[in-house]
Amino acid sequence: MTTTDLAAPAPAITVPGSGRPPSRRVASRGWRLVGYAALVLAAAGLLLPFYWMVVASLKTNSDVFTIPITWLPDPVVWRNYLDIWQRSDMTTWLGNTLLLSMVVTLLQVVTGSFAAYGFARVRFPGRNALFLAYVGTIAVPWQSYMIPQFILMSKLQLSNTLWSIVAIQAFGAFGVFLMKQFYETIPEELSESARVDGLSEFGIYRRIMLPLSRPALASLALLTFVTTWNDYLGPLIYLRSPELRTIQLGLNTFISQYNAEYALIMTGSVLSVLPVAVIFLLGQRYFIEGIATTGLKG
Amino acid sequence: MATLPSTRPRNRRLVSRNTVAGWSFILPNFVGFAVLTLLPVLVLFYVAFTNWNVFGAAEWTGTANFRRMWDDASFWTALRNTVYYTVFHIPLTLAASLGLALLLNRKLRGVRFFRTVAFFPYITSIVAIAVVWNQLFSPEYGPINALLGAVGVDNAPGWTTSSTWSMPAVIIVGTWRYMGYYMLLFLAGLQTIPAQLYEAAETDGATPWQRFVHVTLPGLRHTTFFVTVLLTIESFKVFDLILVMTGGGPGQSTLVLSQYIYQKSFEENQFGYASAVSIVLFAICFSITVIQFMVNKRRNS
Repeated sequence: MTTTDLAAPAPAITVPGSGRPPSRRVASRGWRLVGYAALVLAAAGLLLPFYWMVVASLKTNSDVFTIPITWLPDPVVWRNYLDIWQRSDMTTWLGNTLLLSMVVTLLQVVTGSFAAYGFARVRFPGRNALFLAYVGTIAVPWQSYMIPQFILMSKLQLSNTLWSIVAIQAFGAFGVFLMKQFYETIPEELSESARVDGLSEFGIYRRIMLPLSRPALASLALLTFVTTWNDYLGPLIYLRSPELRTIQLGLNTFISQYNAEYALIMTGSVLSVLPVAVIFLLGQRYFIEGIATTGLKG
Repeated sequence: MATLPSTRPRNRRLVSRNTVAGWSFILPNFVGFAVLTLLPVLVLFYVAFTNWNVFGAAEWTGTANFRRMWDDASFWTALRNTVYYTVFHIPLTLAASLGLALLLNRKLRGVRFFRTVAFFPYITSIVAIAVVWNQLFSPEYGPINALLGAVGVDNAPGWTTSSTWSMPAVIIVGTWRYMGYYMLLFLAGLQTIPAQLYEAAETDGATPWQRFVHVTLPGLRHTTFFVTVLLTIESFKVFDLILVMTGGGPGQSTLVLSQYIYQKSFEENQFGYASAVSIVLFAICFSITVIQFMVNKRRNS
């Protein structure tokens, strides 16, 4: 895999269709209607599962599946949102997941942006080969090396501890890649003149690059947080004790334990999605810019 | 690098100073990366040639694991199912995400809201997605079959309860989840196409379809290539969605390679054999990526 193809920086997205001339006025009315119809249909398809999730979470269990389908909860059972805490270990799961997500995000942002500066701005022998090793592993599916990684973690006595998840998530190539892409858009002259003024490389990183890269840091932090929050496979393999379960793992055990409690399962699902939804809605811009500058995730 | 003799010592000092600086920036991340990613990738190639099963030492067994795989019907089923998923997931997702991107690239109201909606499935966790879709797909009481019944489909499919329809169900959910993500990449690509090209095409009297074929598609070539590479890797490693949604069933109808690796290693402790299957997965992803890059290079020149 060559870096040049991956490294082509995509421009930030501006919505909608900026720069397109508003000249097709005659034929456009009909097309506009078609466009809106398509938008509404697609939105309905995309949102239906979320609508179902929320509505079912507020129904009595026997109301979830009815013929014909009831599209509004009647009566509205807010109680589900109280019961779920007693019926499951939600508090532990959410606590573990929050802790993991925060530690992983912090480590990824700090080490990733640090390493990215080394790759983007310091010239030294072997740098490009090293970077190629980073980028190359992005194309290697984790599923293909999870076994040796697991063996290694067991040898280090890390499996079945929360540290194992920190270890596998915090040093990914993704953060280095995203930050390097961003640093390369900052004009070299800035650091050059700082060097002339006698600032060390570390000084340049801290005083010039870090303040300028706040949006990119925000993108990386949000994407990492959400990825860690949603991770299912890592916890599945590494966390065996019930008290270490993350929300994804816990929710899934809850589902298999109470597989006929349709309404409560949906309540749990809503609770597991809610934090991510809030974070996404607040920091939407950063998510989208982060994806557009790297086009690499997942 | 300057080659004048007088500057050489200073250059050498600069190089060594840069090397120290460079490595000290990279090191904190590199230690973790090397131990947890690079090393496992290398060790994989050793374990695959052993009969390691957690207990006792790993014994070198040469190509025994690979010969066993050749006669392993479950392995072939998993491979076939993975290809099945890939062959449908890639074109469907490409078409859906490109379609959405084209739609969003127009001056319509509510585009911003829609972009949020389209991206939402991608950031929702697999467990929640799987359990909701399982309810939606419920053969007798689910809304999907109710809708199908309303438009006149008599014997609606059994979806995840039927071995013929479980894979299509998984493919639908996979496409639904990822199209918003690739849509963003296409949207970014669309905005690099100069507006003048469209204006010129319009003055030449090109129809919207002609503009799409002769301006949009060539302008998106780079993005399309990149998206295809990502989609291919993503499809071949599909795992958690299937694990939570169908568990590989009914029977082995949705068993995929990643899940087979998981079963053999973490459920049956056959780490050596599972590593050999891992190498196959690795080799597939790697060679497809290399081929795609070569084809792309030839087309560019």
